[in-house]
Amino acid sequence: MIAGSNDSNPASLEEVREGLAGAGYLPSESATLVSYLAYRLGKPVLVEGPAGVGKTELAKALSRFTGRSLVRLQCYEGLDEAKALYEWNYRKQLLRIQTEAAGTGWEDVQEDIFSEDFLMARPLLTAISTTEPVVLLIDEIDKTDQEFEAMLLEVLSDFQISIPELGVVEATTHPLVLLTSNNTRELTEALKRRCLYLWLDYPDAERELEIVRLHVPELPEMLSRKLVEIVHMVRGLDLKKPPSIAESIDWARALLLLGASDIDRTTFEQTMSIVVKHRTDLDVVAERVAVRLEDGVLGRAGQS
Amino acid sequence: MASSDGPDRASPGRGSLYGGLPDAGSPGLAPQLVRFIDELRREGVKVGSAEILDAVGALGEVSWTEREDFRETLAATLAKSQEDRRIFELVFDRFFFRAVEAEAVEKGLKEQRFQGGDRIDLEDLKARIQEAIRQGRDGEMSDLARLAVAALGGQGESSGVIGVDVQRIRRSLDLRQQSSRTDDPAMEVELDRENLRRFEQHLRRELERALIHRTESLPPAKPLAEYDRALPGGPLQDLAQVHRVVAQLKRRIATSGHEQRGRRRSRAIDMRRTMRASLETGGVPLRLRYRPKRPRRPEIYVLCDVSTSVTSASVFFLSVLHALHDTFRKLRSFAFVERIDEVTSIFERERSFKAVSQKIAREAGVADVSGYTDYGRVWHEFLARVSDDLDPRSTVIVLGDARTNGRDPAAPIFGQVAARAGRTFWLNPEPRLYWNYGDSVMATYEPYCDGVFECWTTKQLEQFVNVIAGSPEIV
Repeated sequence: MIAGSNDSNPASLEEVREGLAGAGYLPSESATLVSYLAYRLGKPVLVEGPAGVGKTELAKALSRFTGRSLVRLQCYEGLDEAKALYEWNYRKQLLRIQTEAAGTGWEDVQEDIFSEDFLMARPLLTAISTTEPVVLLIDEIDKTDQEFEAMLLEVLSDFQISIPELGVVEATTHPLVLLTSNNTRELTEALKRRCLYLWLDYPDAERELEIVRLHVPELPEMLSRKLVEIVHMVRGLDLKKPPSIAESIDWARALLLLGASDIDRTTFEQTMSIVVKHRTDLDVVAERVAVRLEDGVLGRAGQS
Repeated sequence: MASSDGPDRASPGRGSLYGGLPDAGSPGLAPQLVRFIDELRREGVKVGSAEILDAVGALGEVSWTEREDFRETLAATLAKSQEDRRIFELVFDRFFFRAVEAEAVEKGLKEQRFQGGDRIDLEDLKARIQEAIRQGRDGEMSDLARLAVAALGGQGESSGVIGVDVQRIRRSLDLRQQSSRTDDPAMEVELDRENLRRFEQHLRRELERALIHRTESLPPAKPLAEYDRALPGGPLQDLAQVHRVVAQLKRRIATSGHEQRGRRRSRAIDMRRTMRASLETGGVPLRLRYRPKRPRRPEIYVLCDVSTSVTSASVFFLSVLHALHDTFRKLRSFAFVERIDEVTSIFERERSFKAVSQKIAREAGVADVSGYTDYGRVWHEFLARVSDDLDPRSTVIVLGDARTNGRDPAAPIFGQVAARAGRTFWLNPEPRLYWNYGDSVMATYEPYCDGVFECWTTKQLEQFVNVIAGSPEIV
């Protein structure tokens, strides 16, 4: 579609899988496939899933893997065009007018001050106007309002931005776009229609074990296995905030630092605040999980 | 884009991979895909034509010999929410299973059914199936399901109803799902619920296949609900509708604040920011900066009648409450029948609507002896409980039919509640025509309210929310 954007395109599913693993991200089957399709079709990807399953991390890993730089737009309530697309640099424009010799016609000045020199590019414009292809991450799109979503449509489907004073800025390279959403509100059909959809969920125990071992290889396997088992059990409880993958990794690092040789009740109670971060959740976990650590129900799979 | 020629390039050679229905028009994948999408649409998944083009384009990029890749590709382009994804999986299984079987019936293809059913060692089979389910190996489960059907699903024993047969075979295989409590470590057969469900699906499919082979015809397609019992059917579907509308309302409430802030007159000028902005224009304050109007987060008290006389309406009301809880942080909800109880914490703890309504039914102490609404007692209790918290900024919303069952309406007490609160609204699930007939005492309460609304459809609810969210002076 756009010349020069194919140089870093992966040729096969395998390549994507290995590339992401090389970048420190173990993708699920569907994540691999959708990333691959995103490259091949040049379509944005809408990634949804609970907090802490690695939605943002996927974008980062994709940027590391393809060597593209990452342009990130963090969404929040009240985000507007001036912060997402572009803004005119008023100060510079003013200086330009002041330094203008008297007698220059308004026409000349106007043409001059509404040029790219006076434009401050915000993430979306940056992503579109760079000469090198980038990975554009629009994080937590569900935090913005519907009007902002509508504004995104032009960027996402045509990869162009209309600036009234300047005309249309078209993408010279094709950015890989990822939008993430925590599903706190329903996104509009129009936006969804333009995206590929990827639902990320917590990984199963085997894959999470691989992830933990990839990031904390020094931790003995038996301990990692038990840790993953406990994290899965904690997620199974009815908690306000279930532990994320990043928190499993943090916990593994903490255990390594402490030099723990086993996760027994004492170790668990001392360190569980790494994975559980709500007062009420702590109580539930202490009551339901810590007790079971004592009678050795857990961790059998690792020892056998 | 290389993918645009996907369908033309791909369809002639490989189109017969999944076969065609007997009445298929043109061969190839594209019409098959359109028929598949048609079936998706009929199940309520919204698929636009742009998405069909995407799907076809995407299929040009992946190998079709990998069932998983094929399915994931279609899912990524067609099913754009988790709910749609669930329906997609079911429709996908049903559609392609039927397509293959239809092709087989049409061509007169018959596979050799395994005849040695009597010679299978049942104990060995049991052990292997349990192992396969424990490991969650799909291919193996599918093969073993076929063996199990051969061993146990003989024609003589078959009840003719597939669902019954599945359960019968499951019982004879001693498959029990994992109990929530694992007090008994000696218990041998403890199986993951999800894997067991998948095995049952394999069983079901094998039984269906056997039936098709016997009758040599394809039974009519069954509704999805029969494939997966977790899928809501019947009356629950209405609830989903309510939720969809409420979700839209939620979106409107959440986003409506901004435009109002822009249009509203008489805003306060922020001197500091105006001065700073004036630096850009050489010290002349060309652009005025205003103090942002903070969206008021009003404290809302919602009282919801959950007695039997408003059963149908209270499901509706509870789902409204559920949605409101997502929007307003300072929302306190109460449920009442004869007595009143605060249920805010239940809504905060539980995310799913189903769990909420179950908990309210079980935990909230709202019914006493008779199970009839006693408004008078409810007002007394409510006032005693929250009178200190009510202030002019708070809004009270009552959801109820104002039918007192002949008991004292205690209107003055309600008047006190209304007087303490800034605003009071009453939503009545009955048509206005029925108000004040029989034991309905709407007229005695109406003078104390700032507004009474008839509300039993999502549309009426929308009107009410527009009033509440639209005019800033109300909340």
